[in-house]
Amino acid sequence: MADKRQFAQAVARHIGAPAIPRRPLIQMRGIRKSYYIGQPNELEILHGIDLQVYPGEFVAIVGESGSGKSTLMNIIGVLDKPTQGSYILDGVNIHDAKDNELAAIRNRKIGFVFQTYNLIGRQSALKNVELPMLYAGVPGGERARRAKDWLTRVGMGDRMRHQPNELSGGQKQRVAIARAMVNNPALILADEPTGALDSETSRVVMDLFHEMHRRYHKTIVLITHNPALAKECERVLTLKDGRIVDEQKGEGADGIV
Amino acid sequence: MALSNLLENISMALTSLKSNKMRSLLTMLGIIIGIAAVIAIETVGGSLTGTVTDSMSGMGVGNITVSLTQKDSDDTSGTSAGVTLRRFMDDTPSGDDLITDTMIAEFEAAFPDQVDRVELTREAGTATIDKAGDPDTTISATLTGASPATLNALESDTPILAGRWLTDGDDGKYLCVVSEKFVEQAIGTTNAGALGTRVVLTVNGSPCAFYVAGVYEYVENEYASLMGSDDDDSIQTTIYIPLETARALTGEDEGYQSLTVVAANGVDVTNFVDVVGDYFASYYTRNDTWTAQATSISSLVESMTEMLDTISLGISAIAAISLLVGGIGVMNIMTVSVTERTREIGTRKALGAPSSAIRLQFITESIVLCLIGGVIGVALGVSLGMGLSSLIGFAARPSLTAILIAVGFSMAIGVFFGYYPANKAAKLDPIEALRYE
Repeated sequence: MADKRQFAQAVARHIGAPAIPRRPLIQMRGIRKSYYIGQPNELEILHGIDLQVYPGEFVAIVGESGSGKSTLMNIIGVLDKPTQGSYILDGVNIHDAKDNELAAIRNRKIGFVFQTYNLIGRQSALKNVELPMLYAGVPGGERARRAKDWLTRVGMGDRMRHQPNELSGGQKQRVAIARAMVNNPALILADEPTGALDSETSRVVMDLFHEMHRRYHKTIVLITHNPALAKECERVLTLKDGRIVDEQKGEGADGIV
Repeated sequence: MALSNLLENISMALTSLKSNKMRSLLTMLGIIIGIAAVIAIETVGGSLTGTVTDSMSGMGVGNITVSLTQKDSDDTSGTSAGVTLRRFMDDTPSGDDLITDTMIAEFEAAFPDQVDRVELTREAGTATIDKAGDPDTTISATLTGASPATLNALESDTPILAGRWLTDGDDGKYLCVVSEKFVEQAIGTTNAGALGTRVVLTVNGSPCAFYVAGVYEYVENEYASLMGSDDDDSIQTTIYIPLETARALTGEDEGYQSLTVVAANGVDVTNFVDVVGDYFASYYTRNDTWTAQATSISSLVESMTEMLDTISLGISAIAAISLLVGGIGVMNIMTVSVTERTREIGTRKALGAPSSAIRLQFITESIVLCLIGGVIGVALGVSLGMGLSSLIGFAARPSLTAILIAVGFSMAIGVFFGYYPANKAAKLDPIEALRYE
């Protein structure tokens, strides 16, 4: 039994092992984002962001509200395109991608975890986790199998048939993490994932992120305004007024070499 | 994969519709009413024409009746009721006014390909006879003179059981062909045993003896059973006698007031009716009071079908308005649904749903909504139509074509009126949608 688990972990590590030479997963140069372009009230939110995130990293981006966190998250998550600058995600230049290609990139390469969970109401946890696979064209049987698998891994195996309104906040966020993981994305993008949770539940959710990082070698970008949580990550970037003003090594960097 | 996505979409649509049962039902109402109205009228119309056509084709759709009617050229002020009244008051045609054998022979010679046969009959009134073994009960029968061609045509419906039909050689003789029911009622022997029997019928008060030449099968008349004459003795069957014999009995002039032309197979009866009518009318151009006129059952059926079509068209127009209003209702509710679910749409887009998938999801929902409405409408319409049909007394015939068209049409409404809201959903900006409260 123990041998089997060790073997499985070894295989997982092998698969998740970064390719050599290491290419940044996120490669941002001079990213600027403006709103109301060409109008008198034109507003630049991001004033040139340079950011590299390498495969397997656990990066926290902290900043107060109004610092441009959300805008940066939208650009990292290819929900939005920068006004200026280049963004290459896992080798794909976002600037050239069309809307449908962006949708496909979000689907295959990014797993979103939101502060407000954003589970689809009136659909069971299982159906919610199946959703990204539906858009990826995974066949029905395979969808259900993988969704069950991931729900079990996040500790929600006994509540697969529950609807979101029958779950607590922490449980909902665990379902959301399973949903983010199920398409085996290159990047997990979490926007204040513990923002709506009490400290105890926050701990559980954060531990889950650490597990995703360590065990499945996921690259995680965590956006938060909680410095304590940010410290747990390997690298902490501080965003202020649309610029990255500080970069620190987090405590998490000691945990893994 | 496409199929599994479709099923997934349908199941999502059903979940969404189920969560708002009342709203969904109210939205469907316009569609339900529209479809139900069309299906109900189609069912009633179909059963009406179907039953009438059936019963009339039993009488012979290929039959053209030529009869004498009064000319009404001098009648300029009279209403049609006045004309009818005057016809009743006037004498029946007689002597030179009647259709002669010569006319018939010429007619048959003129249209050898179109005419299968000409059937001639002459009503000789009602004959009565004592019941076999019970002199107190009187059996009555209809005495009809018929030409051999007419009788031979009866063979298919009421085949001869014993003996033979009358032939040309029998004309003027006192022979008769009776039904097996009559044999049972008045003679009291077997069918074969009745042949050659002398029966004394009382016709117009005076006795008259006939010899039985044949016995034909008795087919129960559905209208007779409808009218409740289940008493065996009161059943009136027809006794066929030669034409000339019937004429002698009634004392009428030679010639016929009416005759039936049976068109040959493949002849367009609707057009041929006019030809026949014109042909016989040509004999009466110089007759002051009488002329010949031809009618056919198929032309009757046709005018009836036309009338029903007009009614159907009227109801369909009303139904179309109902469907239009229903469709707008669907569009309205889908727009509301899209607004309510803005966050869901944003989430789906963030999870990688392309615009086309969102559009398809909402169009599917709209189609499912309309389809359920359509199916309920069809069910309602069929039961309504069947109820109405049975009320009128006809067998209900729901039209499969109409049902399929109705279901297809309701789907089309779903696509048409669902497209705008679905497209609105597909075009939502994911960031805006995710931020929507």
